Amino acid sequence: MVETKKINRAAAKRKQEIKYPITWAAIKRQRQLIYMSVPLLAYIILFAYVPVWGWTMAFQDFKPNLAFAQQTWVGFKHFVFLFTDDNFLRVLRNTLGMSIINLVLGFVTAIGLALLLNEIKNMYWKRTVQTVSYLPHFLSWIIVTGIVATSLASDGIVNDVLMWLGLINEPIVWLSEGKYFWGVVGASHVWKEVGWNTIIYLAAMSSIDPSLYEAADIDGANRYQKMRFVTIPGIKATIIILLIMSVGHLLEAGFEVQYLLGNGLVVDWSETIDIFVLKYGIAQGNYSLATAGGIFKTVVSITLLLGANWIAKRMGEERLL
Amino acid sequence: MSAKKTSLSAVSASATVQNKSGINRIEPILFNTFNTLFMVILVVVTLYPFLNTIVVSFNAGNDTIRGGLYLWPREWTLQNYRAVFVSGTIYDAFWVSVARTVLATLLNLFLTTMLAYTLSRREYIFRKQITLVFVLTMYFNAGLIPGYFLMKDLHLLNSFWVYVIPSMISAFNMIVIRTYIGTIPESLVESARIDGAGEFKIFWSIIFPLCKPVLATIALFVAVGSWNSWFDAFLYTSSRQELSTLQYELMKLLSSSMNANSNPAVANGGGVTQDTVSSMVTPISIRAAVTIVASVPILVVYPFMQKYFVVGLNVGSVKE
Repeated sequence: MVETKKINRAAAKRKQEIKYPITWAAIKRQRQLIYMSVPLLAYIILFAYVPVWGWTMAFQDFKPNLAFAQQTWVGFKHFVFLFTDDNFLRVLRNTLGMSIINLVLGFVTAIGLALLLNEIKNMYWKRTVQTVSYLPHFLSWIIVTGIVATSLASDGIVNDVLMWLGLINEPIVWLSEGKYFWGVVGASHVWKEVGWNTIIYLAAMSSIDPSLYEAADIDGANRYQKMRFVTIPGIKATIIILLIMSVGHLLEAGFEVQYLLGNGLVVDWSETIDIFVLKYGIAQGNYSLATAGGIFKTVVSITLLLGANWIAKRMGEERLL
Repeated sequence: MSAKKTSLSAVSASATVQNKSGINRIEPILFNTFNTLFMVILVVVTLYPFLNTIVVSFNAGNDTIRGGLYLWPREWTLQNYRAVFVSGTIYDAFWVSVARTVLATLLNLFLTTMLAYTLSRREYIFRKQITLVFVLTMYFNAGLIPGYFLMKDLHLLNSFWVYVIPSMISAFNMIVIRTYIGTIPESLVESARIDGAGEFKIFWSIIFPLCKPVLATIALFVAVGSWNSWFDAFLYTSSRQELSTLQYELMKLLSSSMNANSNPAVANGGGVTQDTVSSMVTPISIRAAVTIVASVPILVVYPFMQKYFVVGLNVGSVKE
């Protein structure tokens, strides 16, 4: 895969050597292409770039009914407040905690399942398992959290099974205790996405040269040695690209699951930065503070993404950007 | 989760058996047995909650409260579904969801493919600049509050169009489609140009039809995304009931019964008011019925799309 990519890149480079300078004649000649793309450029600038102007709110005591020139500028006041606010630090801890759990669980389960699926020789059975395991990915978080809440209820299936197995004597109220919340969120993510996340690894596995396995057979490697020394190195590039992307999303522990599963009893463990922003911004009207929280998240995410990309580059690995 | 752990440790146990005794014939049998067992557990864990929801949705609400309902309804009824479709709010929300999904999918496919086509033309002078502007949008986000004010300034609050307009083009989908267009032979475009076709004509009558496989994938992703989203209804249109979507209605049902679930006393049936016990329909059975109504469109389309989306994902996997 890496080989073909290199060839593609070389081919692309050769084609790019022809320069197409921006001249009036060229603009006139390509006006149809311009009509087709420039309105869309204006659209994306309006919807993705113009709102960045709103970041100025974080440096003001923003009041929605005043004009821009009338706002009071306060410098980094809101950022200073954030980092001395116990609420924000708690929310930050929850965000990091849950996203690290999701990241580790997500990677381990998806790679593990992909390795096991890869060992299934019966194609029909493999397809059936895949079809079923992809399915929850297409359900909304509303539906999934509804299913999770029903399953974890005191008379739900999880408690039923655990009691039947004799692991617990009385039902656990999973959703009412803070100590279970991160685990519940992690497990919900695994339930919803594990099958879907195997697709990319299975695709990488199918592009591993079969002669590598034949050579390993001749050397007397067993199943697990082949996994360890052929399959996993074969999907290493994919794993690293996905890891870089996940690191960039470290502060995006999600919003929907926590918002939908959270309740008054577990609020200390369930609220993430996004919920903090929603609560302060939309519900309480403290737009400046909420925007400051949002900016913090974006800036850290981009820094992490660039950092992970840089480390991957230094290690001579495949990289994203 | 615990099921997975046990079967994984079983797998490693079988490994040590094989290494110690060196019998190569037993290992595959052991491994395949445990692997199959594990996959069966996976399938059950994935499907069971869903089957149970279907059962609850077809069971009489006052009977469901008694608990102990697993894979077969005790008291068959269509009352829950009747209640869903008779109650005006959910019926209306269903059609709002359908409308937004259809519109968003059509607009997305048309605009994203048109953009992808122009940016696939190597001779296009603004190709690099426009591509960069779109690609950067994948890595940053202005955030919730600035986005909210933009919608407000554009008068999209409490408007149906807020479901469609802000997400008409995705940079990621554009790159996936552009990569696919790159595989279409250049000679097709050139011969059309010699015949005097303009750029739009080439896009519409040659490129667009040829992109069918990748567009099937994108259509599925866009449609599912639009159908499943509730946050926009919650944030932008919650003060206009007639614009509510099915998922948002489901969310409201969920949060009202969630509070019942997380409170042990209520979950045992004590908290349900006399009024609902006496009727056939309870919040829990209504929720089950709405859950099924909300997932059926996806379940119907999904198997047909499966062969496409694996291809589409691989095209896009390089630059997500």
